[in-house]
Amino acid sequence: MKDQYDVIVIGAGPGGSSAAKAAAEKGLSVLMIEKRQEIGDPVRCAEGVSKVWLRKHIEPDHRWICADVKGSRIFSPDGSMIEMAEEIAGGEVGYVLERKIFDRALACESAKAGADVMVKTRATGLIIEDHFVRGVKLMHLGEEREIRSKVVIGADGVESKVGRWAGIDTSLKPKDIETCAQFLMSGTGIDQNYCYFYLGNEIAPSGYIWVFPKGQGLANVGIGILGSKSGKKHAIDYLKEFVAKKFPDAKVLEIDVGGVPVSGSIDKTIANGLMLVGDAARQSDPITGGGIINAMEAGKMAGEVAFEAISKNDVSTATLGLYEKKWRQKIGMDIDNSLIVKDIFTGFTDKEIDSLAHSLEGVNFSSMSLLDLLYALFKANKKLLWDLRVLFKNVVKYELDFER
Amino acid sequence: MTIKVNKFKCGYCGACVSVCLPGALELVETWIEVDDSCTSCGICAKICPVGAIEVSR
Repeated sequence: MKDQYDVIVIGAGPGGSSAAKAAAEKGLSVLMIEKRQEIGDPVRCAEGVSKVWLRKHIEPDHRWICADVKGSRIFSPDGSMIEMAEEIAGGEVGYVLERKIFDRALACESAKAGADVMVKTRATGLIIEDHFVRGVKLMHLGEEREIRSKVVIGADGVESKVGRWAGIDTSLKPKDIETCAQFLMSGTGIDQNYCYFYLGNEIAPSGYIWVFPKGQGLANVGIGILGSKSGKKHAIDYLKEFVAKKFPDAKVLEIDVGGVPVSGSIDKTIANGLMLVGDAARQSDPITGGGIINAMEAGKMAGEVAFEAISKNDVSTATLGLYEKKWRQKIGMDIDNSLIVKDIFTGFTDKEIDSLAHSLEGVNFSSMSLLDLLYALFKANKKLLWDLRVLFKNVVKYELDFER
Repeated sequence: MTIKVNKFKCGYCGACVSVCLPGALELVETWIEVDDSCTSCGICAKICPVGAIEVSR
Protein backbone atom coordinates (compact mmCIF):
# COMPACT_ATOMS: atom_id res chain seq x y z
CA MET A 1 0.00 0.00 0.00
CA LYS A 2 1.40 3.36 -1.05
CA ASP A 3 1.61 6.25 1.42
CA GLN A 4 1.55 9.03 -1.19
CA TYR A 5 -0.84 9.76 -4.06
CA ASP A 6 -1.55 12.69 -6.34
CA VAL A 7 -5.25 12.56 -5.45
CA ILE A 8 -7.25 10.93 -2.67
CA VAL A 9 -11.01 10.69 -3.22
CA ILE A 10 -13.12 10.16 -0.10
CA GLY A 11 -16.32 8.27 -0.87
CA ALA A 12 -17.10 5.85 -3.69
CA GLY A 13 -20.55 7.02 -4.78
CA PRO A 14 -21.21 8.33 -8.30
CA GLY A 15 -19.44 11.64 -7.53
CA GLY A 16 -16.33 10.02 -6.07
CA SER A 17 -16.02 7.39 -8.78
CA SER A 18 -16.38 9.99 -11.54
CA ALA A 19 -13.69 12.14 -9.94
CA ALA A 20 -11.35 9.17 -9.45
CA LYS A 21 -11.87 8.02 -13.02
CA ALA A 22 -11.31 11.47 -14.52
CA ALA A 23 -8.14 12.03 -12.49
CA ALA A 24 -6.76 8.54 -13.22
CA GLU A 25 -7.45 8.91 -16.95
CA LYS A 26 -5.29 12.04 -16.91
CA GLY A 27 -2.45 9.90 -15.59
CA LEU A 28 -2.57 10.95 -11.93
CA SER A 29 -2.04 8.41 -9.16
CA VAL A 30 -5.41 8.13 -7.41
CA LEU A 31 -6.69 6.44 -4.26
CA MET A 32 -10.45 6.21 -3.65
CA ILE A 33 -11.57 5.17 -0.18
CA GLU A 34 -15.02 3.99 0.89
CA LYS A 35 -16.02 3.50 4.52
CA ARG A 36 -18.60 0.85 3.81
CA GLN A 37 -17.57 -2.72 3.19
CA GLU A 38 -19.76 -2.85 0.09
CA ILE A 39 -19.88 -0.03 -2.46
CA GLY A 40 -23.45 1.07 -3.18
CA ASP A 41 -25.09 -0.65 -0.21
CA PRO A 42 -27.26 0.21 1.67
CA VAL A 43 -29.16 2.28 -0.88
CA ARG A 44 -30.33 5.78 0.10
CA CYS A 45 -31.94 6.74 -3.16
CA ALA A 46 -35.12 6.55 -5.25
CA GLU A 47 -32.82 5.40 -8.08
CA GLY A 48 -34.40 7.44 -10.88
CA VAL A 49 -32.09 9.10 -13.38
CA SER A 50 -32.40 11.07 -16.61
CA LYS A 51 -31.45 8.98 -19.63
CA VAL A 52 -30.02 11.77 -21.71
CA TRP A 53 -27.74 12.98 -18.95
CA LEU A 54 -26.65 9.52 -17.85
CA ARG A 55 -25.54 8.66 -21.40
CA LYS A 56 -23.08 11.55 -21.26
CA HIS A 57 -21.18 9.67 -18.56
CA ILE A 58 -21.65 5.96 -19.08
CA GLU A 59 -23.12 3.62 -21.68
CA PRO A 60 -26.38 2.21 -20.25
CA ASP A 61 -25.99 -1.42 -19.18
CA HIS A 62 -28.89 -3.81 -18.58
CA ARG A 63 -27.12 -5.15 -15.49
CA TRP A 64 -27.94 -1.98 -13.56
CA ILE A 65 -31.08 -0.75 -15.29
CA CYS A 66 -34.26 -2.06 -13.65
CA ALA A 67 -36.84 -0.13 -15.59
CA ASP A 68 -37.09 2.14 -18.60
CA VAL A 69 -39.89 4.62 -17.99
CA LYS A 70 -41.64 6.73 -20.62
CA GLY A 71 -43.43 9.28 -18.50
CA SER A 72 -44.53 10.46 -15.13
CA ARG A 73 -47.89 11.05 -13.54
CA ILE A 74 -48.23 13.72 -10.90
CA PHE A 75 -51.21 13.69 -8.54
CA SER A 76 -52.40 16.77 -6.66
CA PRO A 77 -54.04 16.33 -3.23
CA ASP A 78 -57.58 15.99 -4.68
CA GLY A 79 -56.38 13.31 -7.10
CA SER A 80 -56.11 15.45 -10.25
CA MET A 81 -53.45 14.04 -12.54
CA ILE A 82 -50.88 15.75 -14.73
CA GLU A 83 -49.16 13.44 -17.17
CA MET A 84 -45.81 14.33 -18.67
CA ALA A 85 -43.70 12.64 -21.32
CA GLU A 86 -40.24 11.44 -20.40
CA GLU A 87 -38.23 14.31 -21.84
CA ILE A 88 -40.08 16.88 -19.76
CA ALA A 89 -40.25 15.21 -16.41
CA GLY A 90 -36.95 16.52 -15.14
CA GLY A 91 -33.86 14.76 -13.86
CA GLU A 92 -35.72 12.06 -12.01
CA VAL A 93 -37.34 10.24 -14.92
CA GLY A 94 -35.75 7.98 -17.47
CA TYR A 95 -34.13 4.91 -16.07
CA VAL A 96 -34.67 3.38 -12.68
CA LEU A 97 -31.31 2.01 -11.57
CA GLU A 98 -30.11 -0.76 -9.30
CA ARG A 99 -27.74 1.48 -7.33
CA LYS A 100 -25.96 -1.43 -5.66
CA ILE A 101 -24.77 -2.61 -9.06
CA PHE A 102 -24.51 0.83 -10.68
CA ASP A 103 -22.24 2.30 -7.99
CA ARG A 104 -19.98 -0.74 -8.09
CA ALA A 105 -19.83 -0.54 -11.90
CA LEU A 106 -18.72 3.11 -11.66
CA ALA A 107 -16.09 2.25 -9.05
CA CYS A 108 -14.91 -0.52 -11.35
CA GLU A 109 -14.54 2.01 -14.18
CA SER A 110 -12.28 4.17 -12.04
CA ALA A 111 -10.27 1.11 -11.02
CA LYS A 112 -9.89 0.17 -14.69
CA ALA A 113 -8.66 3.69 -15.35
CA GLY A 114 -5.90 3.04 -12.81
CA ALA A 115 -7.28 4.26 -9.47
CA ASP A 116 -6.59 2.25 -6.32
CA VAL A 117 -9.70 1.48 -4.27
CA MET A 118 -9.92 0.70 -0.56
CA VAL A 119 -13.21 -0.32 1.07
CA LYS A 120 -14.04 -0.53 4.77
CA THR A 121 -11.73 2.47 5.02
CA ARG A 122 -12.99 5.61 6.74
CA ALA A 123 -11.47 9.09 6.71
CA THR A 124 -11.09 10.30 10.30
CA GLY A 125 -9.46 13.65 9.53
CA LEU A 126 -7.32 15.64 7.13
CA ILE A 127 -3.61 16.30 7.22
CA ILE A 128 -3.45 20.11 7.15
CA GLU A 129 -0.11 21.96 6.96
CA ASP A 130 0.45 25.66 6.27
CA HIS A 131 -3.27 26.11 5.50
CA PHE A 132 -3.12 23.40 2.83
CA VAL A 133 -4.83 20.02 2.87
CA ARG A 134 -1.97 17.55 2.35
CA GLY A 135 -3.61 14.18 2.82
CA VAL A 136 -6.02 12.06 4.79
CA LYS A 137 -6.01 10.38 8.19
CA LEU A 138 -7.88 7.13 7.84
CA MET A 139 -8.87 3.94 9.52
CA HIS A 140 -8.69 0.67 7.59
CA LEU A 141 -9.94 -2.49 9.28
CA GLY A 142 -9.39 -0.93 12.68
CA GLU A 143 -5.89 0.30 11.91
CA GLU A 144 -5.13 4.02 11.80
CA ARG A 145 -2.78 5.48 9.22
CA GLU A 146 -2.01 8.60 7.23
CA ILE A 147 -1.73 8.87 3.48
CA ARG A 148 -0.46 12.04 1.86
CA SER A 149 -1.73 13.60 -1.36
CA LYS A 150 -1.50 16.79 -3.38
CA VAL A 151 -5.28 17.09 -3.69
CA VAL A 152 -8.17 15.64 -1.67
CA ILE A 153 -11.63 15.33 -3.20
CA GLY A 154 -14.42 15.05 -0.63
CA ALA A 155 -17.28 13.00 -2.04
CA ASP A 156 -18.44 11.77 1.34
CA GLY A 157 -22.14 12.30 0.88
CA VAL A 158 -24.84 13.98 2.91
CA GLU A 159 -23.00 13.23 6.18
CA SER A 160 -19.82 14.88 4.83
CA LYS A 161 -17.18 15.83 7.37
CA VAL A 162 -14.41 16.61 4.91
CA GLY A 163 -15.61 20.15 4.24
CA ARG A 164 -15.98 20.89 7.94
CA TRP A 165 -12.48 19.62 8.65
CA ALA A 166 -11.18 22.16 6.13
CA GLY A 167 -13.21 25.01 7.60
CA ILE A 168 -16.17 24.95 5.19
CA ASP A 169 -19.46 24.94 7.10
CA THR A 170 -21.64 22.40 5.30
CA SER A 171 -24.13 21.83 8.11
CA LEU A 172 -27.75 21.84 6.98
CA LYS A 173 -30.74 23.47 8.67
CA PRO A 174 -33.93 21.39 8.98
CA LYS A 175 -35.46 23.37 6.10
CA ASP A 176 -32.41 22.50 3.98
CA ILE A 177 -32.92 18.74 4.03
CA GLU A 178 -35.58 16.36 2.77
CA THR A 179 -35.81 13.45 5.16
CA CYS A 180 -36.67 10.31 3.24
CA ALA A 181 -37.81 6.72 3.66
CA GLN A 182 -38.52 4.12 1.02
CA PHE A 183 -39.86 0.59 0.72
CA LEU A 184 -38.93 -1.70 -2.14
CA MET A 185 -42.29 -3.41 -2.65
CA SER A 186 -43.73 -6.31 -4.60
CA GLY A 187 -47.35 -6.52 -5.59
CA THR A 188 -48.17 -2.81 -5.99
CA GLY A 189 -49.73 -3.53 -9.38
CA ILE A 190 -48.51 -0.24 -10.90
CA ASP A 191 -48.01 0.29 -14.63
CA GLN A 192 -44.24 -0.18 -14.95
CA ASN A 193 -44.02 2.42 -17.72
CA TYR A 194 -44.56 5.37 -15.40
CA CYS A 195 -43.11 7.11 -12.39
CA TYR A 196 -45.76 8.41 -10.01
CA PHE A 197 -45.61 11.46 -7.75
CA TYR A 198 -48.14 12.30 -5.05
CA LEU A 199 -48.28 15.82 -3.61
CA GLY A 200 -50.01 17.16 -0.53
CA ASN A 201 -49.26 18.46 2.93
CA GLU A 202 -51.45 15.80 4.54
CA ILE A 203 -49.51 12.92 2.99
CA ALA A 204 -46.04 14.47 2.55
CA PRO A 205 -45.55 17.92 4.12
CA SER A 206 -43.37 20.09 1.82
CA GLY A 207 -42.24 17.08 -0.12
CA TYR A 208 -43.74 14.28 -2.15
CA ILE A 209 -44.32 10.56 -2.31
CA TRP A 210 -42.86 8.71 -5.28
CA VAL A 211 -43.56 5.33 -6.78
CA PHE A 212 -40.86 4.27 -9.24
CA PRO A 213 -41.06 0.97 -11.15
CA LYS A 214 -38.15 -1.41 -10.57
CA GLY A 215 -39.07 -4.10 -13.07
CA GLN A 216 -40.49 -7.59 -12.51
CA GLY A 217 -43.48 -6.19 -10.63
CA LEU A 218 -41.36 -4.37 -8.05
CA ALA A 219 -41.45 -0.67 -7.15
CA ASN A 220 -39.62 1.84 -4.99
CA VAL A 221 -42.32 3.49 -2.88
CA GLY A 222 -40.78 6.38 -1.02
CA ILE A 223 -41.34 9.72 0.63
CA GLY A 224 -39.39 12.87 1.29
CA ILE A 225 -40.63 15.53 3.71
CA LEU A 226 -38.94 18.79 4.59
CA GLY A 227 -36.88 18.45 7.77
CA SER A 228 -38.60 21.47 9.29
CA LYS A 229 -41.94 19.62 8.98
CA SER A 230 -40.61 16.43 10.58
CA GLY A 231 -40.78 15.76 14.30
CA LYS A 232 -44.00 14.48 15.78
CA LYS A 233 -44.29 12.22 12.78
CA HIS A 234 -41.27 11.06 10.84
CA ALA A 235 -40.91 10.24 7.13
CA ILE A 236 -41.42 6.53 7.74
CA ASP A 237 -44.70 7.16 9.61
CA TYR A 238 -46.14 9.05 6.64
CA LEU A 239 -44.90 6.33 4.30
CA LYS A 240 -46.56 3.57 6.33
CA GLU A 241 -49.86 5.50 6.24
CA PHE A 242 -49.68 5.95 2.47
CA VAL A 243 -48.78 2.34 1.82
CA ALA A 244 -51.52 1.00 4.11
CA LYS A 245 -54.07 3.01 2.14
CA LYS A 246 -52.72 2.71 -1.38
CA PHE A 247 -51.05 -0.70 -1.49
CA PRO A 248 -52.54 -2.68 1.43
CA ASP A 249 -51.61 -6.04 -0.11
CA ALA A 250 -48.09 -5.19 -1.30
CA LYS A 251 -45.07 -6.65 0.52
CA VAL A 252 -42.00 -4.79 1.76
CA LEU A 253 -38.76 -6.41 0.53
CA GLU A 254 -36.32 -3.69 1.62
CA ILE A 255 -36.27 -0.50 3.70
CA ASP A 256 -34.10 2.43 2.60
CA VAL A 257 -33.65 5.73 4.43
CA GLY A 258 -31.73 8.91 3.73
CA GLY A 259 -31.41 12.66 3.83
CA VAL A 260 -31.24 14.77 0.67
CA PRO A 261 -29.70 18.26 0.76
CA VAL A 262 -32.11 20.84 -0.70
CA SER A 263 -30.23 23.92 0.48
CA GLY A 264 -29.28 25.05 -2.99
CA SER A 265 -25.65 25.78 -3.83
CA ILE A 266 -23.42 26.67 -0.89
CA ASP A 267 -20.95 29.57 -0.87
CA LYS A 268 -17.72 27.61 -1.00
CA THR A 269 -16.80 24.13 -2.16
CA ILE A 270 -13.01 24.44 -2.24
CA ALA A 271 -10.08 25.06 0.08
CA ASN A 272 -6.34 24.89 -0.56
CA GLY A 273 -5.77 21.30 -1.73
CA LEU A 274 -9.44 20.35 -1.42
CA MET A 275 -12.59 20.11 -3.53
CA LEU A 276 -16.07 18.90 -2.51
CA VAL A 277 -18.40 17.12 -4.94
CA GLY A 278 -21.95 15.75 -4.98
CA ASP A 279 -24.09 15.67 -1.84
CA ALA A 280 -21.00 16.69 0.18
CA ALA A 281 -21.07 19.95 -1.81
CA ARG A 282 -24.88 20.11 -1.51
CA GLN A 283 -25.20 19.81 -5.30
CA SER A 284 -28.44 17.82 -5.33
CA ASP A 285 -31.46 19.41 -7.00
CA PRO A 286 -33.74 21.15 -4.48
CA ILE A 287 -36.93 20.30 -6.41
CA THR A 288 -36.49 16.71 -7.57
CA GLY A 289 -33.92 15.71 -4.98
CA GLY A 290 -31.97 14.12 -7.82
CA GLY A 291 -28.23 14.10 -7.23
CA ILE A 292 -26.61 11.35 -9.29
CA ILE A 293 -26.01 13.30 -12.48
CA ASN A 294 -24.94 16.52 -10.73
CA ALA A 295 -22.48 14.52 -8.64
CA MET A 296 -21.07 12.84 -11.76
CA GLU A 297 -20.77 16.15 -13.61
CA ALA A 298 -19.04 17.80 -10.66
CA GLY A 299 -16.87 14.74 -9.99
CA LYS A 300 -15.56 14.73 -13.53
CA MET A 301 -14.78 18.45 -13.36
CA ALA A 302 -13.02 18.05 -10.02
CA GLY A 303 -10.86 15.19 -11.37
CA GLU A 304 -9.88 17.27 -14.39
CA VAL A 305 -9.16 20.41 -12.37
CA ALA A 306 -7.04 18.32 -9.98
CA PHE A 307 -4.90 17.39 -12.98
CA GLU A 308 -4.56 21.02 -14.09
CA ALA A 309 -3.67 22.17 -10.59
CA ILE A 310 -1.10 19.43 -10.03
CA SER A 311 0.41 20.05 -13.49
CA LYS A 312 0.77 23.73 -12.62
CA ASN A 313 2.14 22.80 -9.22
CA ASP A 314 -0.46 25.09 -7.64
CA VAL A 315 -3.25 23.42 -5.68
CA SER A 316 -4.29 26.62 -3.92
CA THR A 317 -7.82 27.99 -4.22
CA ALA A 318 -6.49 30.25 -6.98
CA THR A 319 -6.32 27.24 -9.32
CA LEU A 320 -9.01 25.09 -7.72
CA GLY A 321 -11.34 28.06 -8.18
CA LEU A 322 -11.60 26.81 -11.74
CA TYR A 323 -13.62 23.85 -10.43
CA GLU A 324 -15.87 26.18 -8.48
CA LYS A 325 -16.44 28.31 -11.56
CA LYS A 326 -17.04 25.32 -13.85
CA TRP A 327 -19.63 23.53 -11.72
CA ARG A 328 -21.53 26.72 -10.98
CA GLN A 329 -21.71 27.43 -14.72
CA LYS A 330 -22.77 23.92 -15.69
CA ILE A 331 -25.16 22.87 -12.90
CA GLY A 332 -25.25 25.75 -10.43
CA MET A 333 -27.83 27.81 -12.28
CA ASP A 334 -30.28 24.90 -12.43
CA ILE A 335 -29.75 24.23 -8.73
CA ASP A 336 -30.43 27.87 -7.88
CA ASN A 337 -33.54 27.99 -10.10
CA SER A 338 -34.81 24.82 -8.46
CA LEU A 339 -34.29 26.42 -5.07
CA ILE A 340 -36.57 29.31 -6.07
CA VAL A 341 -39.23 26.82 -7.21
CA LYS A 342 -38.81 24.75 -4.05
CA ASP A 343 -39.21 27.77 -1.79
CA ILE A 344 -42.45 28.72 -3.52
CA PHE A 345 -43.96 25.24 -3.77
CA THR A 346 -43.17 24.17 -0.21
CA GLY A 347 -45.25 27.14 0.96
CA PHE A 348 -48.44 26.13 -0.89
CA THR A 349 -51.55 24.79 0.80
CA ASP A 350 -53.21 21.69 -0.63
CA LYS A 351 -55.95 23.92 -2.08
CA GLU A 352 -53.37 25.97 -3.94
CA ILE A 353 -51.65 22.84 -5.31
CA ASP A 354 -55.05 21.57 -6.48
CA SER A 355 -55.84 24.84 -8.22
CA LEU A 356 -52.45 24.75 -9.97
CA ALA A 357 -53.20 21.23 -11.20
CA HIS A 358 -56.66 22.29 -12.38
CA SER A 359 -55.17 25.18 -14.34
CA LEU A 360 -53.35 22.64 -16.51
CA GLU A 361 -56.38 20.49 -17.30
CA GLY A 362 -56.58 19.66 -20.97
CA VAL A 363 -53.07 20.95 -21.68
CA ASN A 364 -50.92 18.60 -23.69
CA PHE A 365 -47.36 18.47 -22.36
CA SER A 366 -45.82 15.89 -24.63
CA SER A 367 -43.55 18.44 -26.31
CA MET A 368 -42.60 20.57 -23.33
CA SER A 369 -39.70 20.68 -20.90
CA LEU A 370 -39.98 20.95 -17.12
CA LEU A 371 -39.20 24.62 -17.52
CA ASP A 372 -42.00 24.90 -20.07
CA LEU A 373 -44.34 23.23 -17.62
CA LEU A 374 -43.40 25.77 -14.97
CA TYR A 375 -43.87 28.55 -17.51
CA ALA A 376 -47.32 27.22 -18.42
CA LEU A 377 -48.15 27.18 -14.72
CA PHE A 378 -46.77 30.68 -14.34
CA LYS A 379 -48.81 32.02 -17.25
CA ALA A 380 -52.03 30.52 -15.88
CA ASN A 381 -51.35 31.50 -12.26
CA LYS A 382 -49.36 34.74 -12.34
CA LYS A 383 -50.66 35.97 -9.01
CA LEU A 384 -49.89 32.78 -7.14
CA LEU A 385 -46.55 32.20 -8.87
CA TRP A 386 -45.41 35.80 -9.16
CA ASP A 387 -42.12 34.99 -7.42
CA LEU A 388 -41.25 32.63 -10.27
CA ARG A 389 -40.85 35.58 -12.65
CA VAL A 390 -37.18 35.84 -11.61
CA LEU A 391 -36.66 32.37 -12.98
CA PHE A 392 -37.99 33.28 -16.38
CA LYS A 393 -35.98 36.46 -16.47
CA ASN A 394 -32.94 34.23 -16.06
CA VAL A 395 -34.25 31.95 -18.74
CA VAL A 396 -34.49 34.82 -21.19
CA LYS A 397 -31.06 35.98 -20.20
CA TYR A 398 -29.58 32.57 -20.89
CA GLU A 399 -31.54 32.33 -24.13
CA LEU A 400 -33.47 29.17 -23.43
CA ASP A 401 -36.46 28.94 -25.70
CA PHE A 402 -39.30 28.29 -23.31
CA GLU A 403 -42.01 29.35 -25.77
CA ARG A 404 -41.14 26.45 -28.05
CA MET B 1 -25.61 16.21 27.34
CA THR B 2 -26.08 13.67 24.65
CA ILE B 3 -28.52 11.71 22.52
CA LYS B 4 -29.54 8.09 22.42
CA VAL B 5 -29.67 6.33 19.09
CA ASN B 6 -31.83 3.23 18.91
CA LYS B 7 -29.57 1.01 16.82
CA PHE B 8 -32.43 -1.38 16.12
CA LYS B 9 -34.35 1.41 14.36
CA CYS B 10 -31.44 3.35 12.83
CA GLY B 11 -30.96 2.89 9.08
CA TYR B 12 -27.47 4.47 9.26
CA CYS B 13 -28.28 7.00 6.53
CA GLY B 14 -26.27 9.88 7.99
CA ALA B 15 -29.05 12.50 7.76
CA CYS B 16 -28.55 13.35 11.46
CA VAL B 17 -24.84 13.97 10.90
CA SER B 18 -25.60 16.57 8.21
CA VAL B 19 -27.81 18.72 10.46
CA CYS B 20 -25.59 18.58 13.56
CA LEU B 21 -24.34 22.13 14.06
CA PRO B 22 -21.35 21.37 16.34
CA GLY B 23 -20.44 18.29 14.28
CA ALA B 24 -20.87 15.99 17.26
CA LEU B 25 -22.14 13.04 15.22
CA GLU B 26 -20.29 10.61 12.99
CA LEU B 27 -21.61 7.76 10.88
CA VAL B 28 -19.15 4.92 11.36
CA GLU B 29 -20.05 2.17 8.88
CA THR B 30 -23.35 1.01 10.41
CA TRP B 31 -23.72 3.03 13.58
CA ILE B 32 -23.79 6.61 14.85
CA GLU B 33 -21.19 7.85 17.31
CA VAL B 34 -21.74 10.96 19.43
CA ASP B 35 -18.91 13.01 20.96
CA ASP B 36 -19.11 15.39 23.90
CA SER B 37 -19.69 18.50 21.79
CA CYS B 38 -23.37 17.44 21.57
CA THR B 39 -25.60 20.22 22.93
CA SER B 40 -28.80 18.13 23.03
CA CYS B 41 -30.42 20.64 20.67
CA GLY B 42 -32.60 17.86 19.28
CA ILE B 43 -32.40 18.78 15.59
CA CYS B 44 -31.12 15.30 14.72
CA ALA B 45 -34.04 13.68 16.57
CA LYS B 46 -36.46 15.95 14.71
CA ILE B 47 -35.24 15.13 11.21
CA CYS B 48 -34.38 11.42 11.61
CA PRO B 49 -36.42 9.64 8.87
CA VAL B 50 -37.25 6.73 11.18
CA GLY B 51 -37.39 8.44 14.59
CA ALA B 52 -34.46 6.47 15.97
CA ILE B 53 -33.00 9.32 18.06
CA GLU B 54 -34.00 10.41 21.56
CA VAL B 55 -32.54 13.44 23.32
CA SER B 56 -31.31 12.93 26.87
CA ARG B 57 -30.93 16.16 28.80
